[in-house]
Amino acid sequence: MNTAERNLALYGSILIVSLAAPWVFPAYQTQLAFLWVMVLFALTWDLVGGQMGYTSFGNIVFFGIGMYVTAVVQRNLHFDIEEYVHVAGAVDMLKPGEYLTGLFLGLGASAIVAVIVAAVLGLCILAMGMRGQYFGICTLGLGVAAGELASGWEYIGAGSGMVTPVFPERLGERGAFFYYIFFILAGIVFLTVKWLYAGRFGLAINAIRDDEDKAEAMGIRTTRYKIVAWCISALFLGLAGGAAGHLVGFIDPTEVAFAGATFGVWMILMAILGGKGTLWGPVIGAVIFHITQEVFWTYLFGWQRVAMGALIVGIVVFFPQGIMGWIRERWPERFGYRVQESTISSASEGGGA
Amino acid sequence: MQLLIDGLLIGAIFALAAYGMALVWGVMKIINFAQGEFVILGGYMAFAFSQAGVHPFFTVPLATVSLYIAGWLLYRLVIFRIVEEDLFISILATFGISILMQQLMNQVFSADVQTLDSGLDTWFLFDGNVTVLQIKVVSFATALVLGVCLAVFMKKTRLGQAIRATAQNARAARILGINTDKVYCTTFALNAAICGACGALVLMTWVIQPFMGLAYTIRSFMIVIVAGIGNVAGVVLAGLGLGAAENFAGFILGAEFQAAFVFSLLVVILVWRNFTLRLKRRYLE
Repeated sequence: MNTAERNLALYGSILIVSLAAPWVFPAYQTQLAFLWVMVLFALTWDLVGGQMGYTSFGNIVFFGIGMYVTAVVQRNLHFDIEEYVHVAGAVDMLKPGEYLTGLFLGLGASAIVAVIVAAVLGLCILAMGMRGQYFGICTLGLGVAAGELASGWEYIGAGSGMVTPVFPERLGERGAFFYYIFFILAGIVFLTVKWLYAGRFGLAINAIRDDEDKAEAMGIRTTRYKIVAWCISALFLGLAGGAAGHLVGFIDPTEVAFAGATFGVWMILMAILGGKGTLWGPVIGAVIFHITQEVFWTYLFGWQRVAMGALIVGIVVFFPQGIMGWIRERWPERFGYRVQESTISSASEGGGA
Repeated sequence: MQLLIDGLLIGAIFALAAYGMALVWGVMKIINFAQGEFVILGGYMAFAFSQAGVHPFFTVPLATVSLYIAGWLLYRLVIFRIVEEDLFISILATFGISILMQQLMNQVFSADVQTLDSGLDTWFLFDGNVTVLQIKVVSFATALVLGVCLAVFMKKTRLGQAIRATAQNARAARILGINTDKVYCTTFALNAAICGACGALVLMTWVIQPFMGLAYTIRSFMIVIVAGIGNVAGVVLAGLGLGAAENFAGFILGAEFQAAFVFSLLVVILVWRNFTLRLKRRYLE
């Protein structure tokens, strides 16, 4: 088989398996939908964290913003605000048409808001040249600050959160509906980043990762690339957040929307596990991680987050190159690298640089 | 007045934790994301000792010693592998450690808020308009004494000199016969011990809870940024200032926004720092 046929077979089989999955395992539709959310998380994190080398701990901000914006749009379209806040959950059912309009308007709004927020933050943080550890700790602060602000703001339900409208039954099963939404979304993200990495953009952000000063000296407009990458990441996270809010059905400011301790950490972990800075790495990492995490959740209840922390330390310290990185080191010729015998020993000593 | 005094007294503890962070940062070039978790762990250690029947005041040295051991173990298990690795790995590894410790404490000590009654009185000043808990004064004094001891230790002893030499240039220090691995190990353990003392003091003056650690990491980081690494007087001033500012913010914005204030302030300070750096660079052009 040549490369094109092999790719076709690969993508075709993934497509078939993914389309069939919710009907083969009807009991796990929600978990399967979250699998695609995880893939999306890992891919969007890797765009900034892996390919561009800006370790962000606060990407969850955009996810939360998307979630809240969608819910607020839908609430303001169809309900009296006062009534909705006070009898949360006990409101009238929406007609399918209303529900869908609200959902898609909300998603559009959340994408726009997320991008605007990302651009403003980018202008404040990235354009000022914040890097490395400063950037890391700044985004960490952002993530927590957003959660704290959301849990103090009455308009969006403060600490008690918000409830999204009830899913109308006539639209079929909720799990399957959102499964396909997330599948499409994750597919779009994958194709977008694949396209981006293949071109000038990918080269530019890789240059920023390798040596930003040099990249700037070579005439790359680093600030512009950084902000654009950050905005792309935010755009998809905002969309995912909006839909995820409806899948979960309940928006808690710190546990669901700005869930730094779960989603925020997982997205980093998944990208590193699979191999940061590769195209397939985050996807593989997300799939493996999601399954492991569901198993942990079932068998280690209560200790699963402890295990998560141990996993991060373990992976980062002992296996920083990730699965794809390891494969690339093991069989470099598959990736089109030509390695001379003499350099192999020094490359393997250097670890996953 | 009340707010100012409370803020200043609590600020000394922040300054102490920040001094530890600056130490690790300066010597090992690692920003310890798990700083706050060390503080909270120190608090829980003190809590456990007091449960075992130790008088509250003696829990402070006990927590310090036990955290020194914990820091030493952590260095020997994990940190020594990342000292000379690149930035990305050290950020993520310490971040992972912070999650691990946070969740471990949550499992072992439960998520409840804990505090320890020191059995000290309250002073009433100005006809009872201003109340000062004596324990706050005691912890303020303890923090200052510890800080002075550390500064003297760094200046006078051989080990302190070795630590400072390593901070200046690790390679040169190694050539001159300093065992840098040992220096790193001591530095990291020393930082953990400082945090242990802070934690015990926090436990008595305030409350602790497994998930409060991050706020202490952020505070220490802010203080170090504002003061600069290796500027002891600056660290103390910034710590006291932060304590006061936080108390005023909590009073003006309402208690539910106090945490949000801390984290937002961090972002503002970082942006401001980069802004001024940029201006300076433009000036050089």
